[in-house]
Amino acid sequence: MIDILWVFAKVAGALGFGMNWAAFLGWVERKQSAVMQDRIGANRADILGFRLIGLIHIIADPIKLFTKEDFVPAGVRKTFHLLAPSISLGFPLLALAAFPYGGNVSFLGRSWSLQPVESPMGLVLVLAMVAVGIHGVVMAGYASNSYYGLLGGMRGAGQMIAYEVCLATTMAGAVFLYGTLDLAAAAAWQARMIGGVLPAWGVVFQPVGFILFLVAGTALTKRTPFDLPEGESEIVGYHVEYSGMKFGMFMMTDLIESVVVACLGVTLFLGGWHVPFLPPSLPFLGPMLEGPVMACLMLGAFTAKVALVLFLLMQVRWTLPRFRFDQLLDLGWKNILPLALANFLLTAWAIYLAKAWGVRLWP
Amino acid sequence: MTVRPVSRPERGWQVQIYLLEVVYGLGVTFRHFFTNLWRHSAALAGLKTEPGAVTIQYPEDPPALGVRARTRHRILSRPDGTPRCTACLLCETICPARCIRITAEESPDPLIEKRAKTFDLDLGLCVFCGYCVEACPVDAIRMDTNDLRIPSFDRRGMIWSLDKLMGKG
Repeated sequence: MIDILWVFAKVAGALGFGMNWAAFLGWVERKQSAVMQDRIGANRADILGFRLIGLIHIIADPIKLFTKEDFVPAGVRKTFHLLAPSISLGFPLLALAAFPYGGNVSFLGRSWSLQPVESPMGLVLVLAMVAVGIHGVVMAGYASNSYYGLLGGMRGAGQMIAYEVCLATTMAGAVFLYGTLDLAAAAAWQARMIGGVLPAWGVVFQPVGFILFLVAGTALTKRTPFDLPEGESEIVGYHVEYSGMKFGMFMMTDLIESVVVACLGVTLFLGGWHVPFLPPSLPFLGPMLEGPVMACLMLGAFTAKVALVLFLLMQVRWTLPRFRFDQLLDLGWKNILPLALANFLLTAWAIYLAKAWGVRLWP
Repeated sequence: MTVRPVSRPERGWQVQIYLLEVVYGLGVTFRHFFTNLWRHSAALAGLKTEPGAVTIQYPEDPPALGVRARTRHRILSRPDGTPRCTACLLCETICPARCIRITAEESPDPLIEKRAKTFDLDLGLCVFCGYCVEACPVDAIRMDTNDLRIPSFDRRGMIWSLDKLMGKG
């Protein structure tokens, strides 16, 4: 009984993690771009005169989206028109349940896992969920019964499939190193120090893989500089026939996918929930770092790392101009994919040599 | 006809791989971000720094106008309070937007020939070129009020009479 409740609580927590990040990223997006462009940014919404440096806009935006007319144009395929935003938003949200937000902590005489869905195929689950999310984009373009929407959906499909392949390939080296598809085991593999000074995070062993992962991940989220499927103001995108909260769901999808990519990057390359430089078993501090305190530390570390990656992705989004579509596909198929494959082969060779020479890289 | 050959900018490999350029661009935006973040934080903490943003939040902050900015007109008066305008119609003549309409009348002062009976200036038509100020031989009209709040809900409200231009209601 308590197990089922705990799983429900964890899934709710993962959902809350994603949704709150998506809402918060709306504010981060505005403010970060404003500060780096010597502007002030949205700061007008207030409650009783309190503006909270624009944080009230987080509440104002959904109110606006929900109270707008939900206009369904004549001629759209109604079922798919309704279904597309849910698919686009729902499946990336589902992927969030597979991440290890913390390791196992012992409390009240039992072990509690902080991973909502404890699956040995966690990574495959995440990739599959993100891939199903592509259907939402294509479906939206198809259901709109509009050439602009359809072309946007086609661009989205071409881009996301290309970069889904690239993303999986960039992670192959890291996965081969950890020898597992289980995200919790991958995080646990990294949760140690090399010689007490260097955290054994994936980025230390896979720097090229990490950079390629970030590029492919940014492209997968359909955000600038890879926002060809939507391109709101210039090249009309797949959600041209949507309004109100359905449009808002597509916008949220991009942010949720950013969170998914950031979580994936943190889990595979940045040590997951590992808190580096914790004092080793001190007489007084050691017992304190158990149970709920340790859980909070792990969750905090994971969230902080995700925040850092999202900050970087956001900065990239506001720095680079958009690619042309042929440049985009060239970058994916002709550059990232061969580089990622070379990285994977080199990693495999290095692991083979390390095992042959008896180098202790594995815990 | 001469042809001037323009060489295309050379792009080395370090530009072509784009990754270094990305890092360079990120360096620029990060520098701006952290500089401005520091300035905003310092301003919140009450320290004196340069402003973190160039934004002027207009109705709350005073507008930043140049010293020679041409804004809403005003009619200057003599020491006895009568308008300086002698109704010579030079401003009405030179106005490219034809926004000034003056009717002249005999002045009671024997030393002054005419005075303006009405002086209507349609700010909805005015292009703020400043020719009227240049043309005026008696320095009766100036555009130095720095007043930007001239809008009205109808066109008639944009027409300012002599009294309004002299600041008498």
